[in-house]
Amino acid sequence: MITFQDASKTYAAGGHAALSDVSLSVAAGEVFGVIGASGAGKSTLIRLINGLETPTGGKVIVDGDDVAALGVEGLRALRRRVGMIFQHFNLLSGKTVAQNVAFPLKLAGRPAAEVKARTAELLDRVGLTAHADKYPAQLSGGQKQRVGIARALATHPKVLLCDEATSALDPETTEQILDLISGLNRELGLTIVLITHEMDVVRRVCDRVAVLEAGRVVETGPVERVFLHPASDTAARFVREADGEAAAAPGVGGRLVRLTFKGEATYKPVLGEVARATGVDYSILGGRIHRLRETPYGQLTLALTGGDVGAAIARFQAAGVRVDDLSSGEGA
Amino acid sequence: MEHIDWSEIGQATLDTLAMLGGSLVLTIVLGLPLGVILFLTGRGQMLENRLANGALSLLVNVLRSVPFVILLIVMIPLTVALVGTSLGVAGAIPPLVVGAAPFFARLVETALREVDKGVIEASFAMGAKRRQVVLNALLPEALPGLVAAGTVTAVALVSYTAMAGVVGAGGLGDLAIRFGYQRFQTDVMVVTVVLMLVLVQALQMIGDAVVRKVSHK
Repeated sequence: MITFQDASKTYAAGGHAALSDVSLSVAAGEVFGVIGASGAGKSTLIRLINGLETPTGGKVIVDGDDVAALGVEGLRALRRRVGMIFQHFNLLSGKTVAQNVAFPLKLAGRPAAEVKARTAELLDRVGLTAHADKYPAQLSGGQKQRVGIARALATHPKVLLCDEATSALDPETTEQILDLISGLNRELGLTIVLITHEMDVVRRVCDRVAVLEAGRVVETGPVERVFLHPASDTAARFVREADGEAAAAPGVGGRLVRLTFKGEATYKPVLGEVARATGVDYSILGGRIHRLRETPYGQLTLALTGGDVGAAIARFQAAGVRVDDLSSGEGA
Repeated sequence: MEHIDWSEIGQATLDTLAMLGGSLVLTIVLGLPLGVILFLTGRGQMLENRLANGALSLLVNVLRSVPFVILLIVMIPLTVALVGTSLGVAGAIPPLVVGAAPFFARLVETALREVDKGVIEASFAMGAKRRQVVLNALLPEALPGLVAAGTVTAVALVSYTAMAGVVGAGGLGDLAIRFGYQRFQTDVMVVTVVLMLVLVQALQMIGDAVVRKVSHK
C-alpha cells in the first residue's frame, strides 16, 4: 500500500537531513508504527505519504502512485484516499462538530444530501451524535480526537495517518482512542500508519514498527520481535522507557538470565515448578507482564543460584519460555 | 447653549456617518484583499514571494507614515480626479480610504497570522485547493480577529473624518473647527465632542458584541 524507496528530505539546500534513505513498506490492512524521539524525522516521514512534504531524494509510492509525480488534481485525489489525524486535532474552531466532519465532503463538492447522511453515519460511528451542534472548544480532548477521526474517514480513505494522535491525551482517553483506531483497522480494513514517541502506543495497536533515529530507520520488524528482543540501542531504550527494566545489579551472584514468556506460558506457575524440581534459588531483579495487542507476555530478569542451573534452563525452555543468558551475553 | 443650531448639528452628524460608512466599506473592500495578499506572500506561507511582499509592505508603510492631515492636502488633485471635488462628503472619502486601508490591511495580516497553522495543514491534508483553504478555513477561522480589526479601523476613521474638516469636508469635525475653534463657540465644541464620543463608544460596543457572537474559542 505504501512504499518508501530511499526517501530523503533535506530542508535548506546543503542543510541537515530530516530523513536519510528511508526504505519501508507498509502492507494493505496493516497497522504500522514509526517510533522515534522528537526531531528524529517522524513528522516529515508521515507527511511524505500524503504529499504535505516532498522528498528531496528517492520516492514514496502510495496506493500505486508516486506521490511527488502527481499533479495538483492527482494529489488532491490521493489526499481523499488518505485520511490524517493530528496531535492537536486541528479542528476548525468556528465550525460545529457536524460542520467539521462534513468539511472534507464539502471541499470535494459532494451533494448536500450525501454530506448530511455521511456526517450522521460518521458521528454515530465515533459516538458523538449528541454533540453534533457543539463547537470544538466545548469538547474534551478525547471527543475532539473523535471528531478528527470522523473527519479523516469522511471521504472513505484506504489509509489513515496518525500524527502523534494520542500524545496530548490522558492515559484513559489514549486507550479509548487506540481502541477506536484498532477497531477501524479490523472493521474497515483500513491501513494505518502512526507515529509516536511512546512504545506503549506501538505495543497496543501496531503489527509492525520502524524505529527512527536521527532521520534513519535503525530497526524494522514485527512489534513482538522489536519489543521483546530489540536489536538496536534506540529500540531497547524505548522499550525500557515503556516498561522499566532491571537495572544492572552489581553484587548479585549466580547466573543472570532473562526469561520471556508468551501467550499461555505467561500465566503458568513455571518459576516455582522449576525451582522445586532442580533446587535452584532465584532472585527476581526486574520484570514486566503485559500485552502485545491481544497476546499476553512476561519478561523476568533473574539471578539463579545453587542447584542444577543447566537443568533449570532446559526445563524453562521445555515449558516454552525463551531464556537469554545475560551472564555470557549469549542467547541460550 | 446660545450658539447651537440643532438642524446644523443634525446635518453634520449625518455627514459624519456618511463619510464613516462610505470610507469604512471601501477600506474593507480594498484593505481585506491587500491584507490577505500581504499574509499569503509572507515568509513560509502558501504564496511566499519576497519581491511582491516587499513591494506591498513598502507601499503600506509609506502610506501609513504620512500624517493624515498631510495626506488630506497631498491627495487633493487625485481626489478631484476621482470624484470631481475635494469638498464635502464625497471629497473626503478618497483620502479617508487611502489613509485607513493600509492600516486595516496590516491588522488583517496580523489577524491571519493568529490562525492555527495546524488547521491550514489539516485543510490541505483533506484535499482542499489553495482557494478553498483561504476562503473556507483561513478567513472563517480569523473572523473574530477580522471583526476586531474592522472595529479598530472604524474608530480610527471617526477621528480621521474630524480631521477632514480642516479641508472642508463637512461633518462634526468641520463644525467643531469652524464654530467651536475659530469663533470660540465652546458650546458647539462640547456638543460635537460628545457626539463623537458617543459614536466611538457605539462602534466599539457593536464590534465587541459581533466578536463575541462569531468567536467559538
